Amino acid sequence: MVEYRGLMVYCEVKEGKLTALAIELLGYGRKLADELGQELSAVLIGSNIRTLSQKPIIFGADKVYVVDSTLFKDYQTDSYVFAMEKVVKQVMPRILLLGQSSIGRDLAPRLAFRLCTAVITDCVELTIDAESKQLLQTKPVYGGNARATFTCESYPQMATVRAKTMSPPEPDVSRQGEVINIDVDLVLSAIRTKVLEKVSEEIAGVRLEDAKVVVCGGRGIGGSEGFRQLEGLAKLLKGAVGATRPPCDNGWVPTGIQVGLTGKIITPDVYIGVALSGSSQHLSGCSGAKNIIAINKDPNANIFNVAQFGVVGDWRMVLPAFIKTLSDEKNNCV
Amino acid sequence: MNIIVCIKQVMDPEAPPANFKIDPINNRMIALPSVELVVDPYAEYAIEAALKVKDVMGGKVTAISLGPNQVRDIVKKPLAMGADELILLEDTAFAEGDSWSTAYALAMAIKKIGSYDLIFCGRESSDWNAGQIGLGIAEILGLPSITLATKIEILGTKAIVKKVTDDGYEVVEVSLPVVITVSNEIGSPRYQTLKGVIAAAKKEPIIWKPTDIGVKMEQIGALGRRIKLIRLFQPVYEGKCEIVKGETPEEAALNLFQKLREAKIL
Repeated sequence: MVEYRGLMVYCEVKEGKLTALAIELLGYGRKLADELGQELSAVLIGSNIRTLSQKPIIFGADKVYVVDSTLFKDYQTDSYVFAMEKVVKQVMPRILLLGQSSIGRDLAPRLAFRLCTAVITDCVELTIDAESKQLLQTKPVYGGNARATFTCESYPQMATVRAKTMSPPEPDVSRQGEVINIDVDLVLSAIRTKVLEKVSEEIAGVRLEDAKVVVCGGRGIGGSEGFRQLEGLAKLLKGAVGATRPPCDNGWVPTGIQVGLTGKIITPDVYIGVALSGSSQHLSGCSGAKNIIAINKDPNANIFNVAQFGVVGDWRMVLPAFIKTLSDEKNNCV
Repeated sequence: MNIIVCIKQVMDPEAPPANFKIDPINNRMIALPSVELVVDPYAEYAIEAALKVKDVMGGKVTAISLGPNQVRDIVKKPLAMGADELILLEDTAFAEGDSWSTAYALAMAIKKIGSYDLIFCGRESSDWNAGQIGLGIAEILGLPSITLATKIEILGTKAIVKKVTDDGYEVVEVSLPVVITVSNEIGSPRYQTLKGVIAAAKKEPIIWKPTDIGVKMEQIGALGRRIKLIRLFQPVYEGKCEIVKGETPEEAALNLFQKLREAKIL
């Protein structure tokens, strides 16, 4: 019988770097591999990525499998599933972790079906069961209204892990590991898609996912004008603006700033929720914030169940006064 | 164009959080009478995508829904929006499946339909939020797949699909037939028309049982599961919010500011 051993992390590469989520996964993978007393390997797929092959080792990997070819310049489902299938069948890891990014969401389920196993997507907690040594995977379900813990008895046990579930590991440049190149005999005609255009829509100012302070607006803001005020506050606090789903769906703000289950996941030090009810699907994306402050005219709004401080009142009255106090203080300090 | 769209009946995910209560012994969500059943809003975007293609290209849109006890007035919604046919995979044997067993049954039903150019699914379901059905169907049927689509254009035997990425978007060309999962940026699902509602009322769904689609019984529903649910629970929030008051909203704002300073939050 062939034995599945070790833990494998798929490390996403973007613009010549490991993504922040890939580094977080290496930390998580290292922790679980140590619990199992097994090896941690990393997989890098791309074009011209050999220079990156030591990076996963610095962050905890023992082995790095590199699939490097111009065929993998763009992420495409057919080519990446093919490459991962080959690496997994060769290495036979017991556990395979991917990030819950747009690529991970696309790659992991199809790969799981291909390998006749299963993946639990969007995990926020992974533990090893002390007795059975099985991977227990917990994820939000019902739009964040509940959580479910699953296990899968086929191998590899696969999970996609949500961003910011764990803080990134410290780099250790003294760590040693092995780099293994893997040739994948893929023919171009097996790739049934072609990327015609790739556009990055970075929003000016502080990146929402990196911001220490996030001011979030909901349906109650009423329009794009209102969001200007939130932007003013965010600017004073050197933070970023986010939104719940309705303002995005209504076109008041770009969809890229949606926070929640189907949007961005944020873990700022301070989150200020303005005129939003605090739906579970939104809280799924921001409940990791250290401090939550809420302004809402409805005292029964769900956001007050998770906030530390709140004001019950019309944001149109409360927010300008708050902004004025803050900016007056700033001016006095100068 | 033969277009298939997969939908699902769910508890209204937009219901206030207090409506979601768990039966911890059976690890199930309790269907409180206060929570309505609806067509999954994620699937409604898939219906909209299918109808948008039909608007331009013509053809037939067939909706498929899997599950036991499907309320006709609810699952007929795609017909009322403009779909032509509704197929229900309705049998207790289909119930309690996971992504694998559900995708398998849907793929076998699609195989039975036989002729298809486009298969649309929601990006995920609003109950288990797994996001695997579309990709699973594609893998089982050996079709290409594109996830998180926001715009679809058909050019001959190809589709040009705009899709969401983490920091923007991509435009991808793909050959037909293809499975596409749809994101909310496709645009608000259209309202049911009066004509559609009347047509839907007259139209009876086609019911397929496991034997109709040639599935292996041990591969569908609860029997076909590859993942085991160990526990369903709700995180407990501390609920210790300090409501900061004031005579006027402005004063409350000032008091909030001072509180945040004292607590060294700002």
